[in-house]
Amino acid sequence: MTIQDVNASLALGADGVRSANAGAFGRKALQLIGDLATRFGVLIAFALLWEYGGRLGFLNSAVIPPLSDVIAALRDGLVSGPLKEDLGISLTRAGIAFGAATVIGIPLGLVMGQLPTAEKLIDPLLQLFRQTSALALYPVFILLLGLGETSKVFVIFWASLFPILLATIGGVQEVDGKLIEMARVYGARRLTIFRRVVLPGAVPQIFVGLRLSATTALLMLIAAEMIGANHGVGFQVMNAQYNFQIPLMFASIVLLALLGLAANYAILGLQRRLCRWNSAG
Amino acid sequence: MSATQAALRGEVSIRRLSKAFTLNDRRLDVLKGLNLDIRSGECLVIVGASGSGKTTLLRILAGLESADAGEVDIDGRPVDGVGAERAVIFQEPRLLPWLTVLENVTFGLDIRGWPKGEAKAEARHYIELVGLADFADAYPRQLSGGMAQRVGIARALTVKPEILLLDEPLGALDAMTKIAMQQELSRIWREEKVTMILVTHDLEEAIYLADRVLVLPSNKAQPPRLIDVDLPRPRERSSADFVALREELLAEFGLH
Repeated sequence: MTIQDVNASLALGADGVRSANAGAFGRKALQLIGDLATRFGVLIAFALLWEYGGRLGFLNSAVIPPLSDVIAALRDGLVSGPLKEDLGISLTRAGIAFGAATVIGIPLGLVMGQLPTAEKLIDPLLQLFRQTSALALYPVFILLLGLGETSKVFVIFWASLFPILLATIGGVQEVDGKLIEMARVYGARRLTIFRRVVLPGAVPQIFVGLRLSATTALLMLIAAEMIGANHGVGFQVMNAQYNFQIPLMFASIVLLALLGLAANYAILGLQRRLCRWNSAG
Repeated sequence: MSATQAALRGEVSIRRLSKAFTLNDRRLDVLKGLNLDIRSGECLVIVGASGSGKTTLLRILAGLESADAGEVDIDGRPVDGVGAERAVIFQEPRLLPWLTVLENVTFGLDIRGWPKGEAKAEARHYIELVGLADFADAYPRQLSGGMAQRVGIARALTVKPEILLLDEPLGALDAMTKIAMQQELSRIWREEKVTMILVTHDLEEAIYLADRVLVLPSNKAQPPRLIDVDLPRPRERSSADFVALREELLAEFGLH
């Protein structure tokens, strides 16, 4: 850069600053669009393909109706159709089961994680139960608890208990013993160490378990409703297919997918709030 | 407080202290009949090869391990487990990653039931002392190794220990940071007037900081050696006396 160039750019003064700001704004906007394209581009392409696949003749619209029809069916189903009631029933089942798994799994895991002997004794049984498909046990639960709500809620509870329980046990056991020793040096007793060191240290793992459990709960919900229910979103997927209400079937599937996403992001959001230290740059 | 009590603060007396480990069915004497008196306000540095028992000795003084035989008295009272008059600084900073620097430094005071406001004020004082005032609200993962270790030091100082036990506190730091931290430790020791017992394998660090150096032999048939470091402070690493003492210590390890 020559001295003349420097003078010229100095002479630009306020206008130069303003246009530089505008340039920066433009760059930011472009970057935002770029980020959105990277994040959602493939999703949008998928939606467009779904919407126009039938009209362009490479999807059979009778089997895979356009996305707009599915969205319309979803809206109608939720506003005036069966999906509203189904959603309420499904949420109740999954909610009770997931809530019970959380309320039992986390405290039990916190205790077991601190009692190595008890954990060692029970671990083989836990591993066996975990590896036994809850769906395979569903007939047993039906025999024991009947065909009503109890067996459905119980099978969901059973399946979603293990991820949260095992993650909590693991989280407690993985807390750095050196931190516990440090707390001891300052005179912390067992309960204080648990409250100030073990519990916060296990929180990230507990959240991993919560997300796994939520996913499992929704999976089990659908399976249980497909096998032996006459209400619920999972039931509606099968029922709509029997009755050849294909848009309603897809609407139910989309609703289930949205439920899964919502649960995942809700737990993730809670985790971000509770574990700011983990993501602080 | 009477004059005799004041003179007793942070005084350690070690009598016939022994500790052995069993390794592959072989009995390994780590400490054998050790006698040592550590004066109030002194800086004693313990050096020795790996396995010479220097960390074990420090952990026994901290109350984190128990001896097989012998006794340790602090200010005339036998040591039984950890105690409020001692604080330990480990090789790793051991900060709680979910707490900010300020919250980490108040940790010791929290546990001892200090009111929140007073604990914070006290912690801020020591955070300033170790030069981290601008980082009080940072999380440990945002700090460098040297900064994190300084937080650990501040945390230990807040509980006003009579005896500061340091287990290779600068062992994991790079050479530059290490020298800066040695100066800082020397300054803190002078300002806080604590008894400082420090374990290291760095002979230069030992001479820079110590009033006396305890050399623990690997061969337990030999007695441990105590070497006085009579050099004026602040110490000059390149001075003839410093270098001569370093040679003498190297000779203790059979290195010339």
